[in-house]
Amino acid sequence: MIKLTIDNKPVEVAEGTTILKAARQAGIHIPTLCYFELAGMNFENKPGGCRVCVVEVVKDFNGRPRRNLAPACATDCVDGMVVLTHSQRVINARRTVVELILSDHPTDCLTCAKSGQCELQKLAQNLGIREIPYKGEQSTYRVDMSPSIIRDVDKCIMCRRCENVCNNIQSVGALSAVNRGFQAVVAPAFEQDMVDSPCVMCGQCVQVCPVGALSEVDDTRKVMMAINDPKKTVVVQTAPAVRVAIGEEFGMEPGTIVTGQLASVLRQLGFDYVFDTDFAADLTIMEEGTELLNRIDRYTKGDKSVRLPILTSCCPGWVNFFEHNFPDMLDVPSTAKSPQQMFGAIAKSYWAEKMGINREDLVVVSIMPCLAKKYECKREEFYVNGNPDVDYVLSTRELARLIKQFNLDLKEVEAQEFDDPLGESTGAAVIFGATGGVIEAATRTAYEVFTGKKLEKIDFTELRGLEGIRDAWVDFNGTPIHIGIAHGLKNARTLLEKVREGKEQFHAIEVMACPGGCIGGAGQPYHHGNSKIIKKRFDAIYEEDRNKPIRKSHENPSIIKLYKEFLGEPCGHKSHELLHTHYFDKSDHVEIGE
Amino acid sequence: MAKIKTHVLCCGGTGCKASAGDEIIANFKSILKEKGLQDEVQVIKTGCFGFCEKGPIVKMMPDNTFYTQVTPSDVQKIVEEHIIKGRKVTDLLYLDPENQQHVADSKHMGFYKKQLRIALRNCGFINPEDINEFISRGGYEGLGKALSEMTPQDVIAEVTASGLRGRGGAGFPTGVKWGLCAKNEADQKYVVCNADEGDPGAFMDRSIMEGDPHSIIEAMAICGYAIGATKGLVYIRAEYPLAIERLQIAIRQAREYGLLGTDILGSGFDFDIELRYGAGAFVCGEETALIHSMEGQRGEPTFKPPFPAVSGYLNKPTNVNNVETFANIPIIITKGADWFASIGSEKSKGTKVFALAGQINNVGLIEVPMGTTLRDIIYEIGGGIKNNRQFKAVQTGGPSGGCLTSKHLDTPIDYESLMAAGSMMGSGGLVVMDETSCMVAIAKFYLEFTCEESCGKCSPCRIGNKRMLEILDKITKGNGTMQDLQELRNLADVIKDTALCGLGQTSPNPVLSTLDNFWDEYVEHVVDKKCRAGVCKSLMSYEIDPAKCIGCGACKRVCPQDAISGEKKMAHHIDNLKCIKCGACYEKCKFGAISIK
Amino acid sequence: MAKVKSLAELKAMKEKLQSNIDLREKCDNPESVVQIKVAMATCGIASGAKQVMEHMMEKAEELKISAVFTQTGCMGYCHAEPTIEVKLPGKDPIVFGNVDNKKADEILEKYVLNNELLDGIIPVNYEIIG
Repeated sequence: MIKLTIDNKPVEVAEGTTILKAARQAGIHIPTLCYFELAGMNFENKPGGCRVCVVEVVKDFNGRPRRNLAPACATDCVDGMVVLTHSQRVINARRTVVELILSDHPTDCLTCAKSGQCELQKLAQNLGIREIPYKGEQSTYRVDMSPSIIRDVDKCIMCRRCENVCNNIQSVGALSAVNRGFQAVVAPAFEQDMVDSPCVMCGQCVQVCPVGALSEVDDTRKVMMAINDPKKTVVVQTAPAVRVAIGEEFGMEPGTIVTGQLASVLRQLGFDYVFDTDFAADLTIMEEGTELLNRIDRYTKGDKSVRLPILTSCCPGWVNFFEHNFPDMLDVPSTAKSPQQMFGAIAKSYWAEKMGINREDLVVVSIMPCLAKKYECKREEFYVNGNPDVDYVLSTRELARLIKQFNLDLKEVEAQEFDDPLGESTGAAVIFGATGGVIEAATRTAYEVFTGKKLEKIDFTELRGLEGIRDAWVDFNGTPIHIGIAHGLKNARTLLEKVREGKEQFHAIEVMACPGGCIGGAGQPYHHGNSKIIKKRFDAIYEEDRNKPIRKSHENPSIIKLYKEFLGEPCGHKSHELLHTHYFDKSDHVEIGE
Repeated sequence: MAKIKTHVLCCGGTGCKASAGDEIIANFKSILKEKGLQDEVQVIKTGCFGFCEKGPIVKMMPDNTFYTQVTPSDVQKIVEEHIIKGRKVTDLLYLDPENQQHVADSKHMGFYKKQLRIALRNCGFINPEDINEFISRGGYEGLGKALSEMTPQDVIAEVTASGLRGRGGAGFPTGVKWGLCAKNEADQKYVVCNADEGDPGAFMDRSIMEGDPHSIIEAMAICGYAIGATKGLVYIRAEYPLAIERLQIAIRQAREYGLLGTDILGSGFDFDIELRYGAGAFVCGEETALIHSMEGQRGEPTFKPPFPAVSGYLNKPTNVNNVETFANIPIIITKGADWFASIGSEKSKGTKVFALAGQINNVGLIEVPMGTTLRDIIYEIGGGIKNNRQFKAVQTGGPSGGCLTSKHLDTPIDYESLMAAGSMMGSGGLVVMDETSCMVAIAKFYLEFTCEESCGKCSPCRIGNKRMLEILDKITKGNGTMQDLQELRNLADVIKDTALCGLGQTSPNPVLSTLDNFWDEYVEHVVDKKCRAGVCKSLMSYEIDPAKCIGCGACKRVCPQDAISGEKKMAHHIDNLKCIKCGACYEKCKFGAISIK
Repeated sequence: MAKVKSLAELKAMKEKLQSNIDLREKCDNPESVVQIKVAMATCGIASGAKQVMEHMMEKAEELKISAVFTQTGCMGYCHAEPTIEVKLPGKDPIVFGNVDNKKADEILEKYVLNNELLDGIIPVNYEIIG
C-alpha cells in the first residue's frame, strides 16, 4: 500500500493507483475533461491531453517538489507524495487551460445538441468563467453528416474519447487524430465523409463525446410533420432498452421501468397506434430460432453447404461491421431481419392490409436506443416500391426531447397498455435489450422446439453478464450446444477471428455492437462514463422479463395468430419474402478523391 | 609502386556537396590521373569539417593546408601548385578576419583552436564510406573490448562513471538510463538511435551520421550488449538522404565484417540494426512520440511513466539515445571513463557539438569542452559578429531554448548554467543575434515554429501557443497593449507548467527569456509603437529629409507602390499609407535623405 | 568478405590498415612526430629531390621512425639542392643541403635516431609559413 497526502488528508491506496482515483477515494473531487472511464467494462481514456485535472505535487518521490503540474488522471501515486488539488497555482492553470479551450470553441451553447449535457459547459460553470480573455482564430471545419451521426468538429476539444472508443472498444478504426498543432482534429482518414469511411454508425463516439462535436441526427421534426399530416396513419414501435433508460431524462433513478408511461406518452404525442418492437423481437426468435435448428440439423446430417455458427443479425452496427470486416463470412449470420425491420415489414403488409391502409399512407416510426437504426431503415433492401418499411427512427434522447417539447413529464403520466396486435410480447423479447438476451430468448424457444419438452428453468443465467466475451454450453436433452456471446465490436472481432481460424467452434453466437448491448446504445441518455447506470438498466431488463406472464416467444398468442393468419410457418415462403434479408461485401469502402 | 605522399581530404557533407563538392572530387581525380599522380596522391571524400561558412573545404595532408571556398576550377591550380610544386595556393587559404592574414594550417585558425573534437573525431578525417578507415582509427575496438573484456554491468558502470549525459537536450545521465533498461527482463529489448534532429538550423547529428556512421553502429551495439538488446533501430528523418545512404553503406559493411549480425567477434552476442524513416516532425524527437511513429502510430507523445525503459517500442523495454550521445560511447569504452570525465565541467562532462549560426562570422559546426564560455564560442571560434556589429543576444537550445544576453557571455556553458540562465542546452543550436534583430520578432519566429510542430494533443500547447503567437503578432503590428504583455506571461507560465511533453513545456522559453531580458523592447513596441531594430514593418516608416533631398527622382522611380511624389529638383515626399516598407528607396538614395523612423 | 572473429583479429586488422591513414594521423598531431620537409621546387626536382624523398620515406618505415614528409616550395638554397628540413619533436628545425640517398640514411640513422649532429647543415635565415 502507498501512503500519501492529498489536500492535507492522509490517503492509502494500492500501488498503481492514480492521483485522480486516490483523490476520489478520499472524497476529493478533481475536475476532468478528456478523462473517461467505464469502470468494469475495460474502457479507460486517459490521453492526458486536456490538462484540466492538473495538480501540484509539493513533494514527489524524491522528496522535492515536482517541477511542473501533474495530470492527476495519468500520474501514479508514490509513497510519501504530498498533493494539492486546488492551490492558487493549480486553479490559475486550470482556469487558463479551460479559457484556452473555450477560446477555440463555438459559444453557441444555447442551440447546441449537447447543451445541458456538455461537460465543458459544466466545467466552465464550475470554474466561474464569465469571459474568455484569449481571442483569436477559431477552428473551422465542414460539418459531416451520415444518416446517424453529425460531426461538427469545430467543437472538438481533442479529448480523443471517440477515437479511443472507435479503435479500442469497437476496433472499427473510422476515427483518428489528423493534422498537427492548432489544426489537429479527430476525423476519418483523409478527412473522408463518415459514410465513405469504415464507420459502422454504432454511435459510441456520440455517447462518449463530452461536447457537441458528435451528436445524433435529429429526426423529431420529420416525425411531427408526419403526425400532423391528416392523410397519414402514424404508428410507433419502441425498443426494449428504451423503457429502462428514458426515465433518466426525467430525473428518475437509472433502471426505472417506464413501459406503461411510455405507451401513454406516445399516445399523447399523437401517434395513432402505439406498438412494441418486443412483438417483432418474438417474431425474430421464431425465424432465427428455426433457422438455427435447421442449420444444426443439416450440419449434423453432413450437409457441407451449411456453416456454423449462426450469428445473430439484429444489431445493425454489427451487420455493418461484418459487411466491412468479414466479407468472407457473409453466409454465416442469420438471414433474419432485425426486430425493427420485421416490425416495419409486418406493419406495412399484414397489419396495413388488415386495417385497409395504403402502404404509402402508413408511417412507421421507431424509438430506438440506437443510432445505427437510423441508417438501417434507409438500407435499400428494406424499401418496397420506394417506400421504406420503417420511415423514421428516433433515439431515446430525441424522444425525451419531444416529450419535453410537449411539456409532458414521464413521471406524471399514467401507465397504459400497448395497442394490439403488434403490441403483445413476452419476457423473451424484453431481454433483447441486454447483451446475451437475444441468444437466451432463442435458446428458450429452440430448446422446446428441438427437444419437444417444456423448459423446467426458463432463466439461462449462464448466458447473462457484462463480461465482454462469454460462452456457455447448453444441454439440449443430450445434445450439447455451444453458445458464444460478445458485446463491443472489438470483442466480436476477437471471437469471430477465432472462429474463422478454426480455433473455437460454436453453434450460435450473439453479437451486440454496443457495450452492454442495446441498454448501452448510442441513442440512450448519456451515461457520462458511469457504468453503474448501465448495470442498473441491465438489471431492470431482467426484472421486466421476470414480471411478464409469458416468457417464451413461441407462446406469444399474437405471434401464433400471425403465423396462422398470414405467414404460415417460420422460415416459410412468406417469411423469407418479408422477414429475411441478405448482406453485402463492403470491405472495399475506401474511395479517395474523384 | 610509388608511395602516397599526399592525402586530399574533400568535404562530402551535405553543405559542401551542395556547392559542387562532388565535382571538386571528380576534378581532382581526373587531373591527378592526367598528371600521372594517381598513385602518389589519394583523394578522400570525408564527412563535414564543420567550417561550413567557408565551404567547400579541401584539406591537404600532411601539411594541414586548409583550402576554403574551393570551386571545381580551382582544382587545377591546387594540383599544379600545391601538389606538384609544393607551393600553397594563397588566395584559397582562410583569411583571418582580425588581422587580414592568410592562415594555411587549420590548427592555427581561431575556428579550430579552441575546439576539442570527440564526437566529431572522425568527421572530416576519414572516408565515412570505408569501414577500413574507421577500423584503422581504432573503430569497433570499443565494441570488441566491451564484448571480450567487460560484462554488461561493467559497460553500464563505465558509461555512468564517465558522466556522459544525453545530448538530445534533457541531459539525463546516459549510464543511468541504460541501467534502467538493463534491469527490466523481457524476451526482446530495443536500442533506438534518435536521429530525428529537428531544431531549425541544427545539423550536428546529420554531420556525425554523414561523417562517421560506423561510430553510431558501434555505440548501438555496445548499448545493446549492455542492456541485453539484440535489435537496434535508427529513427532518421527522410530529409537526410545522404546520412541514410552512408548509414546503409556502413551497416552493410559492418555486416560483411561480422560486426553486426550473429556471434559478433566470437562473443556469442547478436545484434543488428534497421533504419526507420520519419517524416520530419519535430515532436518525434520526443522519445515516446518517436516510438509511436516507429510503430506506425500517430507521432505524438504519451505521458511518462511508463518510460520507454519499461515499455517502449512494441511495449518492450527500449533505450533511446541521440546520435551525438552515441558518438561519444565507443571512445569512452576504449579510453575509459576517467579520461572522459576529466573533460568538461563539474556536472557536465565531455564536449558538446553546437551548430553555430546567425550574425556571426564563422557559421558552422563546432565541438567544445563543456564549460567553455559563450564569449569564447562567439568571439574566438565564431570569429565575432558579422560586419563588426554589436552583439545583442544568443539563442541556445533551439525553439525550446531561450535568448541570453551579453551579461551571460562569460557563463561557462553546461546543462545547469544554461538552465539557470533561463535557456537550455537543447540539441545544440546556437544562433547569434546582433542589433539588427528584434527580440519580439525572434520570439515570434520560434513560436511560429512550435505552433507548426506541435502535435496538437494537449490543449496548452495546441491552443495556448497559438494564442501567444497571436498576441506577439499583435505586438509586432503595433496593436499590443500592456494587458497583452501580462496575458503573454501568464500563458507562458501556464503552458510551461501544464503541457504534456518536453516540446510543450519548453515552447514558452523564447518568450519568457525575451520578456525577462528584453522587457524594454516589448514595452517600446507596445507603448512607443517602435521597433528599435527596424524589423517590425508596421512600426516603422521611411521619411525623406527635405533639406537633404535634391529631387533626383531615383527613389520615385524605384518605388513599386508609387508612394513617392515630388517635382523634379524639389524635395520628395513618401505617402505612408501607400508605402509597403520594402526599403527600395532607402537603398537607392545616394544622399542619405531617406531615414527610418 | 571474411568476418572478423575476435578482438585480436580486429586489432591485427587495424595494424595492417593503419598505414593507409598514417599520413593523416601523424599530421593531425605533427608536434609529436618527426617532420621532414623536402624542397620540391623546379630546382629541387631537377636535383633528384623526388627520388630522395621516396627513398627516405622507405628508409624511415624500415627504421620504424614515425615521420611526416611534406613537399614544400623552394627554400631558397638552390645551390645546395636537394634540401631537406628536419624537425624533431620539441626542437628547432634543421636544414640539410645536398642530400642524396646516402646522406638521407645518415640523417635518419644518426640525427633522427641518435641526435648526432652531421655535416651539411645550412643555417636557417628566415621563417616560412606553415
